Amino acid sequence: MTSLQILVDGFAISSLYALAAVGFTLIFGVSGVLNLAHGGIMLVAALIGWWVAGETPLGVYGGTVAGIVAGLLAAYITYFLVVRPIQRSSAIAHEEKEIFVLTGTLLWGIMIQTGMAYIFSDNPVTMRPLIGGVVNVFGVRTPRNEIMIAVLCWVVIGLLWLLINRTRVGKQMLAASINPRGLTLLGFELSKIYLRVWTIYGVLAGGAGVLLASFLGVGTANAGQLTASAFSIVVLGGLGSVSGSLVAAYVVGYLETVTAYLISPTLRPIPALLLLVLVVYVRPQGLLGRR
Amino acid sequence: MTNSKHVSARLARGMLSAGAALALTLSLTPGGAAPAAEPIKIGVIGEESAVAGASITKAAQMAADDVNAHGGVNGRNVEVVIYDDHSSAADAVRAFQRAVSEDKVSAVVASYISEVALAIEPWSARLHMPFITPGAASTDISKQVHDDYARNKYTFHGWLTSAFIAQSICDFQHDTLVKDFHVKSTVVMSEDAAWTKPLDERFLDCLPKAGIKVLDHIRFNPDTTDFTPIFNKIEGEHPDIITTGISHVGVQPTVQWHDQRVPIGMAGQSSQATTSTFWKDTNGAAEGVITASAAAPGVALTPNTIAFTQAYEKRFGASPAYDGYTTYDEIHVIADAMKAAGSTDPDKIVDAMEKTHYTGTVGTIEFYGKNDLYTHAIKYGPGFVTGLVFQWQSGKQVTVWPRDKANGKIAFPASIKMPK
Repeated sequence: MTSLQILVDGFAISSLYALAAVGFTLIFGVSGVLNLAHGGIMLVAALIGWWVAGETPLGVYGGTVAGIVAGLLAAYITYFLVVRPIQRSSAIAHEEKEIFVLTGTLLWGIMIQTGMAYIFSDNPVTMRPLIGGVVNVFGVRTPRNEIMIAVLCWVVIGLLWLLINRTRVGKQMLAASINPRGLTLLGFELSKIYLRVWTIYGVLAGGAGVLLASFLGVGTANAGQLTASAFSIVVLGGLGSVSGSLVAAYVVGYLETVTAYLISPTLRPIPALLLLVLVVYVRPQGLLGRR
Repeated sequence: MTNSKHVSARLARGMLSAGAALALTLSLTPGGAAPAAEPIKIGVIGEESAVAGASITKAAQMAADDVNAHGGVNGRNVEVVIYDDHSSAADAVRAFQRAVSEDKVSAVVASYISEVALAIEPWSARLHMPFITPGAASTDISKQVHDDYARNKYTFHGWLTSAFIAQSICDFQHDTLVKDFHVKSTVVMSEDAAWTKPLDERFLDCLPKAGIKVLDHIRFNPDTTDFTPIFNKIEGEHPDIITTGISHVGVQPTVQWHDQRVPIGMAGQSSQATTSTFWKDTNGAAEGVITASAAAPGVALTPNTIAFTQAYEKRFGASPAYDGYTTYDEIHVIADAMKAAGSTDPDKIVDAMEKTHYTGTVGTIEFYGKNDLYTHAIKYGPGFVTGLVFQWQSGKQVTVWPRDKANGKIAFPASIKMPK
């Protein structure tokens, strides 16, 4: 019984992790940016979505859309106000830019978190589920919303896969991640490609934020944890590897769920972090990393 | 070199801000006002970003306005100076020190968090500053006053101790759930925090005495976001009711409990559920949740309760959390003590507060004495403060206990299976 419960519960949370992490890894793969404001962006989406759903006549669907748009805007602001100025700065030595981006996005994430706590309080919020009720899956009473979230995550990830592998735009992104200089020499504008990647990222992170708000609930205090889990997943899967991140999302999601059920909910994040340390020692390129 | 430069920069900045403060004070002091008319300041440390903590500062402001509308204290107005500790004990101690040394307050009302109150207590002793917490619950607060009275007598505990909260919940469960619903077993589920240790101790003692077998005792980290495994474990143990002890968490466990249709009711202390915004925060998932509180809208615990609740709702758009009621009462208690003492001398205020007999919004407030077990905590029991228990029903807080104050009957949503 418990094992079935773990199987069903772990699947939903893992799918959500996958959705959240895939955009994070995409930005790193294409533009070499580790965006530590990730949790903050999910937070903005969740809180705006919750607010619109509850305070305006747009309802829960309007809230979902508003949340995703808010996530997208937050991603744009992060890119234009924090990341791009650092990338373009001539005052920062090229080899130091990554560390400046890390620091900049980290601080920006904290600013988002504090600002959101000021506006919305640090009380966690939960959006009304898009669909209510429970169904029986292998004898496990599962909220319909949980099933819908898992399905939705996979549809979006599938669309992303099609976009990257089957369209011209996607192939440019792939090329940018392999050889940005070559792409520039062929006359493509990197900044345009970066903007597209950030757009995709914003939609994915925003969507994940809104879905998380309707699943477990989101509070401003969670921002750091959300960034940390995306970061762990991406490092575990191999920096920049989308498929690696998908596998890692399930490894982390199930490891957490198993820990919560069989050991203690309090220790939930610990084994995944231990695994991360182990991977850094034994296989620094991650599960499916190419470096 | 760098060091001295650093220090001089800090000094310059300090002088600048001191100058600015002086200028500000000068500009704010009306010319020719008698020094006697200077307001008496009371420091109020709340947690603006937490539901319960935000009620403290709001209610304090209302109480000060009331006191001033009725002539103030000894011919002086009362002014509340508000600080936010961001739910951090370190920030709270800094705010307390600042209140005493810079803002020259004469008393401090602070926090709903036991860890914060316990961190302030030694500073109240060192700085001889009368201090009362309107919402913290740990029994250690009053125990320390009892154990070292001479030193800690400046601290008052203005809310029921955890032991009394647990006792009132046991009494409630015995009077209603056992009698009307044939509840025979429970699992105690509480967050890991200073206030729940004595709470749980009392639960484990008084629930069996109330005729309810405790099948398990689960303490979880307040950082928990996914409560599914906890509810799943509890469900497997088949208790008739879940006895809760939660304050830092509230929305997430309640919504997940509802979304997953956990078939077991929750009754206990759920502090966030005490404010009216909880219904909206949980999108109505609160339906059926039972919690103890200081008071509830529409229930006249005293002749003052309803008037205060209505005025608060009118001013702030939501009903006060449990500590909003107590804060409102305790600002009055402090003001009365200053009147009785005819001074703001801390020792005289403490003496006068010990003689408090004040009928506020939550009941009649008196404090336990030097030789009682819970020195300087408010007295619990009929005729004093008992608190009440209400259940969320269709967006309303329906009071279900004590019976003479109840304005409705317990009713659980269909998904909850009661033994009856």
